[in-house]
Amino acid sequence: MIQRLLKTLVGVATIAAFAGSVLAQDSKVADELAKYREALADGNPADLLEVKGEGLWSEKRGPKQASLEQCDLGLGPGKLEGAYAQLPKYFKDTGKVMDVESRLVHCMVTLQGFKQEQVTRQWFSKPGQDSDIEALVTFIGAKSNGKPINVPASHPEEAKMAKMGEYIFYRRSGPQDFSCAICHGQEGKRIRLQDLGNLTTKDGAGTAMKTWPSYRVSQGAVWTMQRRLIDCMRQARWPEPNYLADSIIALETYLQKNATGTVMETPGIKR
Amino acid sequence: MGNPMKIRAANKDGVTEVKVLVSHEMETGQRKDAAGAIVPAWFITELVAKHGDKVVLSSEFGPSVSKNPYLAFKFKGGAKGEKITVSWKDNKGDSRSDEATIG
Amino acid sequence: MNNQRRTVLKSGSGAALLGMLAAAGIITPGMALADWNKAAFDAKSMADTLKALGAGSPADSKDVQVTGPDIAENGAVVPVGVASSLPNISMVAILIEKNPNALAATFVLPEGTEANVQTRVKMGQTSNIYALVKSDGKFFMATKEIKVTLGGCGG
Repeated sequence: MIQRLLKTLVGVATIAAFAGSVLAQDSKVADELAKYREALADGNPADLLEVKGEGLWSEKRGPKQASLEQCDLGLGPGKLEGAYAQLPKYFKDTGKVMDVESRLVHCMVTLQGFKQEQVTRQWFSKPGQDSDIEALVTFIGAKSNGKPINVPASHPEEAKMAKMGEYIFYRRSGPQDFSCAICHGQEGKRIRLQDLGNLTTKDGAGTAMKTWPSYRVSQGAVWTMQRRLIDCMRQARWPEPNYLADSIIALETYLQKNATGTVMETPGIKR
Repeated sequence: MGNPMKIRAANKDGVTEVKVLVSHEMETGQRKDAAGAIVPAWFITELVAKHGDKVVLSSEFGPSVSKNPYLAFKFKGGAKGEKITVSWKDNKGDSRSDEATIG
Repeated sequence: MNNQRRTVLKSGSGAALLGMLAAAGIITPGMALADWNKAAFDAKSMADTLKALGAGSPADSKDVQVTGPDIAENGAVVPVGVASSLPNISMVAILIEKNPNALAATFVLPEGTEANVQTRVKMGQTSNIYALVKSDGKFFMATKEIKVTLGGCGG
């Protein structure tokens, strides 16, 4: 009996020591990763796209030879400062809750006379094929840098979208019976070396949402929130929603609502 | 011709620090596309920075410099308002020059 | 007078020939400035690269620093810097031992340019990174290991 107790004690001590060294290693890894991220922050290639987006915003384009300078992103025509931070929101003129990308496409169609298929064909870039939408969203996003995210979802239509987003967030489906919440609904989880944010809290959702659009060094491109979320669906082995689908806007509404109050730091840069 | 570079140049205590961000694919020639075909190499081979007419940095790149190359360096001299010119050319013969003013 | 000389040069047959070559895509503006060191960039091993750079077997030096993170979250973009307090540095090179071609970049530093250069490189896998500098005509080297990890979904 005493022997058994001793064995157990030794076992506990060994486990504790082991856990201690793993923790120490974890924090060292975290420090080094933080250093890596810091080294990338100055000289974010997204800045190149921001400049391009600024040019595209004021350039007269499309069948109507008009610029986007009269585009209303929710704060009035041409008002860009802080516009990204308060989207998605309900727009009376379309009767829909729209995110920055669906609203931008709406402006390109109504103001510039483009066909929707035309402007969304290249909604994300491929090597050697730039995307105007990526550039414009980077530019619009940067105009909210330093502004707090503000999506209270108080309009009934917005509240409905936030609710729908929450439902999708927790809904398990697909061949792996997966939901967003499995990876992003708890504290202290990680995949490989990367921390997984708990997107159900203000902190977690804020950390995630404030840096988008973001330059992904692994892709060599800026990703918009639509691309991020559509690719999350793919990674969860779900069927991928169409670009600008309501399900994605609903998820964005839910996440921005959770992140409300967090100050934007965009464009971000990540692995 | 490529997209414009982003060049920042700032003088502090007689030393000018230059930071350059270049828009370029920097394709290695070792990557395969979705169809399994090798994507041909396409990368900047030379990049030269000048302060006025004087070369302050002359570099040669291989394809292992990252996509959208970043470069930071310092030289003695330079004054606010003076020009920094950065030029690159790639292995396909494309080239580009951009200017910035020392701040 | 200087202006006049330029005008003459511009209209001279030399310039016309250059123009023709440029138009034909045979040469591009600025090409005459320097010749890309194909042998060095095509070399695979460290030893062959050093040979192609004319560096032989450089001595290790504490006065050369390679800076970079211990761990890179993605090998596609690894921030690397080279700095040195050695005198009269005319050239700096960055080599990545385990890349298919070791040489990443070379920098020629005219007088007045500090031996302090930062850039970003691709790494195929965890590897030693070498900084090579030429000081007073002699080559010196320093190294640092950078681990490349596989990340998750990308936050």
